[in-house]
Amino acid sequence: MIDVSEYFVAGFILIGAFFAVVTAIGLIRLPDLYTRTHAASKSATLGVMCILIGTLIFFLTEDGVFNSRVVLGIFFVLITAPVGGHLIARAAYNTGVKLAPETVRDDLADKEKHEQAKSKSKSKK
Amino acid sequence: MKKPNDVILQTVTTVISFIIILFSINLFFAGHYTPGGGFIGGLMTAAALVLLLLAYDVKTLNTILPFDYRMMTAAGLLIAVLTGAGALLFNQPFLTHAYDYFNLPLLGETSLHTAVLFDIGVYLVVIGVTMTIIQTIGESE
Repeated sequence: MIDVSEYFVAGFILIGAFFAVVTAIGLIRLPDLYTRTHAASKSATLGVMCILIGTLIFFLTEDGVFNSRVVLGIFFVLITAPVGGHLIARAAYNTGVKLAPETVRDDLADKEKHEQAKSKSKSKK
Repeated sequence: MKKPNDVILQTVTTVISFIIILFSINLFFAGHYTPGGGFIGGLMTAAALVLLLLAYDVKTLNTILPFDYRMMTAAGLLIAVLTGAGALLFNQPFLTHAYDYFNLPLLGETSLHTAVLFDIGVYLVVIGVTMTIIQTIGESE
């Protein structure tokens, strides 16, 4: 006899594992660092969160324990992983990592020119 | 040099450091019955402080939390030695611990153990040593 909850547990954990595999494939296949952080921070976050939700449901139905640390972990991963990706990408851009050759436009390339123009117009006032 | 724009990191740090400190306190108090304890709790609190150091700088952290971490290490060692020596007053060997059940006003019947005091000592020493190491490395130029 299989409970309905076990389908939910299996579903969440399989989806999470699937997203982890997608992340790994993305890290290998994508051309440059920025697209790779895109893969790593988005789908890995979702995968880990799905696995944690599956764990939460499993221990809730199997042992009747509501593990609040897992909820905290879900919240924590949700907040921190995208910020980590953001910081890695920004650090890479500021140290001059090249974009992929397929890149169409780079709005940050003439950032310094704009800033100098801005500070000049300010000093004129 | 222009000041870097760290809005995202700093905003997230203000939220996250509270969660980390709460979790470290949870680990500290959970140490008797579940995995955790003074060492991990202290390291976790130090990690939250290091995160604040990463997002802000040494000066800002010193204005938010004006602790002398060397004194904190000393206080932790003193607490640990005093809880050990407290057993001598009751004609028991050094570091003998005792516990009893108390009826606290809000918490109901709680068992209070002197090992928690020893753990507080460990907690303070771990925070003090970690932060001393990181601050002395960070300040030297």
